[in-house]
Amino acid sequence: MSILRGDSQLAQLTLARFREFLREPEAVFWTFVFPLLLATGLGIAFRSRPPEVVRIGVANSAPNASQVQRALLADPGLSPELLGDSAADLALRIGSIALLVVPHGADSVDYRFDDARAESRAARLAVDGALQRAAGRRDPVAVGESLVSEPGSRYIDFLLPGLLAMNLMGGGIWGIGFGIVDARRKKLLKRLAATPMSRAMYLLSFLVMRLTMTVIEVSIVVAFGVLAFGVPLRGSLLVFGGISLLTTLMFGSIGLLIASRARTQEGASGLMNFVMLPMWVGSGVFFAANKFPGAVQPVIQALPLTAAVDAMRINMLQGGGLGAVAGELAIIGAWLVLCFGLALTLFRWK
Amino acid sequence: MHPAVPFALDVRALRKRYADVVAVDGLDLLVAAGECFGLLGPNGAGKTTTLEICEGLLAPDAGEVIVLGRHWASDERELRQRLGVQLQETQFSEKLTVVETVRLFRSFYTGGRQVDDVIALVQLAEKSQARVGTLSGGQKQRLSVACALVGNPDLIFLDEPTTGLDPQARRQLWELVERLRAEGTTIMLTTHYMDEAERLCDRIAIVDRGKVIALGTPRELIRSLGAEQVVACGVHESESVPDHALEALPGVLRVRQDGGFSTLQVGAAHETIPALLDLLSRRGLTLTELRTHSPTLEDVFVSLTGRHLREQ
Repeated sequence: MSILRGDSQLAQLTLARFREFLREPEAVFWTFVFPLLLATGLGIAFRSRPPEVVRIGVANSAPNASQVQRALLADPGLSPELLGDSAADLALRIGSIALLVVPHGADSVDYRFDDARAESRAARLAVDGALQRAAGRRDPVAVGESLVSEPGSRYIDFLLPGLLAMNLMGGGIWGIGFGIVDARRKKLLKRLAATPMSRAMYLLSFLVMRLTMTVIEVSIVVAFGVLAFGVPLRGSLLVFGGISLLTTLMFGSIGLLIASRARTQEGASGLMNFVMLPMWVGSGVFFAANKFPGAVQPVIQALPLTAAVDAMRINMLQGGGLGAVAGELAIIGAWLVLCFGLALTLFRWK
Repeated sequence: MHPAVPFALDVRALRKRYADVVAVDGLDLLVAAGECFGLLGPNGAGKTTTLEICEGLLAPDAGEVIVLGRHWASDERELRQRLGVQLQETQFSEKLTVVETVRLFRSFYTGGRQVDDVIALVQLAEKSQARVGTLSGGQKQRLSVACALVGNPDLIFLDEPTTGLDPQARRQLWELVERLRAEGTTIMLTTHYMDEAERLCDRIAIVDRGKVIALGTPRELIRSLGAEQVVACGVHESESVPDHALEALPGVLRVRQDGGFSTLQVGAAHETIPALLDLLSRRGLTLTELRTHSPTLEDVFVSLTGRHLREQ
């Protein structure tokens, strides 16, 4: 019997997967709306805006406070305001100003700021420059500025491949795991096992469904990232597609493994969170994974999500080809083979 | 049926134990091709375990199972194509329609019936486009039978097909089983309803505690009691009549008492009843209830085990 015929097992099983999905309005809503919500959230967080202005406090108890304020206004990057003693203390404590200037007479000031805050240290340099120039300093070196904002080095560029990989993980593990546990709880798995149905075709139908969803989800997120933020896609699209599909299959087989014995949604859900939590934290979706100490790096690097995130970043941001992501693909492939093999051995149809 | 395969099902010395319970304890069965065979017994008698072993879903601890002349160990692929199985408590996907569900099951078989024919056979034609989630309990059960029939099986297993159904839905399912019988389908079903077994089955094995304790056609089993009628009478709960006084009445074969309620298996009710009334009035007892009926499989089970089928 041909696999591609409409009345073949695989076609019928896959159709059933799609019908079950499309007839569950909530599932459809979240699948398509979640990436859009995510992208909108990013849009708000990373919208274009003028360079940030640093707020500076000037103690108004000194007689020349307003002169100092005027001198600081000469730098467009500074926003000085006059503050009473207690208001100044509070503003400094809660960080609403980066630095407090306390003038002592005409030619002496104190800077009060937190040395540990990078913003405060930068504010000290800017404030000092403005005051010294106002007092007559001439800079011996002529300086010109040209501003650069290069796609690929911004946080959004770092974040987007991470979110993509994380989305594939959630889809694979939740999407496949819950479907199978539900069928087992309803004794439908046992009923199917009593027919001549090919068990491989049954499991395959879940993966086909997942792969289709991957194409849709990844397209939405990538298109939005490229169109709205100019996130670069420097690597080959073919390699990018390959990474996405292999990652989907790998997380799908982790989903299968988790679902191979679980009898209840609650049990499966606990297991899924247990599996995913270390990766949400450790795999470098939101910040670089190399911030973790060297001792745990071997573990971090071996996590499937780390490999997926790294492969996507290498492809999208650095334009790395197949050779550049070979190590990551090997890790993903190893997880795929291990989990799929274990799932087939452990799987219970009853 | 092939002459070398005289039996649809041949089960010998079957045993299966779970952690601390012996579910099947040396059970033998022979089911001929074309017959409707019933396993009748109370809950926990081992009926479902026996059936699941025959269906190849459970491995027995000991014993031999030959289905359609084949063994599960060597011929699983062929057997799956030739058997129809309906399980207790399967919930089909609620989002699919009736026709989609049957078509899905049809795709598993290399040959079989037309999807629409099967749906018509189980009388779900007008529900064909309805979602499974909207069906009643009886309709869901008939859908389950349709999925078991769609591969045109040589042998079909029905596990407690009417449990939990209302009387009308039960009758519809009975009519379906009778249509299948008339078509010559070999059926093996389990039930704990004696009226169901009596009405549907050509032969019945009464099963208790993992063993077959009686085997035969419903008529043979009932006739084995030797009783023509059963007389049941009740007196006030505080009062009682000794067994020997009842046994001494004319025509009484067997007596069973349960609180103030006595059940007498009798040869001739018209001889026993006047004497019984006379006995009660001589002892000054008040009769609260008096019934007679023809013996049923229930009476057979009670006389074999001392318990009722539905007792638990």
